[in-house]
Amino acid sequence: MKMNTKTLVIAALLASLSATAQAESTLTIENPKAFATPATAMSGGGFMQITNTGPTDDALIGIQADFPRVELHTTEFTDGVARMMHVDDIAIPAGETVALEPGGLHIMFMGLNGDPLEEGETIPATLIFKNAGEIAVTFDVVKRDMAHSH
Amino acid sequence: MKPVIFGTATLAAAAAIGLYTWQTTTTPNPCGSTSVAGSAIGGPFELVSENGETVTDADVITKPTLVYFGYTFCPDVCPLDSARNAQAAYLLEEQGIDIGTIFISVDPERDTVEVVRDFTENFHEDMIGLTGTPEQVRAASLAYKTYYRVQEGDPEYYLVDHSTQTYLVFPETGFATFFRRDTTPEQIAEITACFMGELT
Repeated sequence: MKMNTKTLVIAALLASLSATAQAESTLTIENPKAFATPATAMSGGGFMQITNTGPTDDALIGIQADFPRVELHTTEFTDGVARMMHVDDIAIPAGETVALEPGGLHIMFMGLNGDPLEEGETIPATLIFKNAGEIAVTFDVVKRDMAHSH
Repeated sequence: MKPVIFGTATLAAAAAIGLYTWQTTTTPNPCGSTSVAGSAIGGPFELVSENGETVTDADVITKPTLVYFGYTFCPDVCPLDSARNAQAAYLLEEQGIDIGTIFISVDPERDTVEVVRDFTENFHEDMIGLTGTPEQVRAASLAYKTYYRVQEGDPEYYLVDHSTQTYLVFPETGFATFFRRDTTPEQIAEITACFMGELT
């Protein structure tokens, strides 16, 4: 899951090639990012905005990345109790932008196993959509911004 | 073995009702937040510190302190809330006001001393991370009337439902107020400073 500069460049080239290949797609993925984690963290969260500019509803139905387990999750709050749960799909309605953001929908990277997410790293992943199929994305690992933590 | 944590529906309902009750019986106080009338929140606990030592509430609550219960496997809500509490502490520090921040794990099975230490250092160099035996954690959670429940299913990647309120606790007088998770760092700093003016 970690990449050095050389592989990063190759990944960027691959990503741009894949973006070209997806030119007909009506989905735009913006700002895929994950927060850096402590050394012993067991999981990390991934976030992004997905915009559907086409006339047809779509749905994010899965994600592949190099972790023991990766899932689509959401968090619900009831009377101050947070309940995080796995979801099978995330609807991306036509003409709308769906944000995966802290406190709500997110990608859950699980089983870091001593290899934390470190600032500056990138996480290559493949998003799987019901209609658009597979779209490659690269999550940037960023430091949690303490000034905008709410 | 997965910790069995007051996992009955009855207790869950009781906890929810308890929370509901204090939210509706709260009275205004001079600090502009809510205080809780006649309910005993907080009190003694015994947990395990980031150094692996058994500590009591008196050992770790030595100044006005923000107390939060969560678990580190949660990549989203707990870091957000912990970062928010740390930020409130930093804001107060800029005003020359010293408060403490504590994170108590409700997932002692996975949250070892080392994991909790790493997690809390990430937010504030002085944030205290506490874990313990399942019994110690359950007792602390009951004292503070928080709710948590391990979701069934995966033995390794399980999730834990948990309360997200943060408590403001004073060493001498104990519980002062609580903050919901939509409270901003600025609001927490302001209300905490007000209580410190009132209570100390």
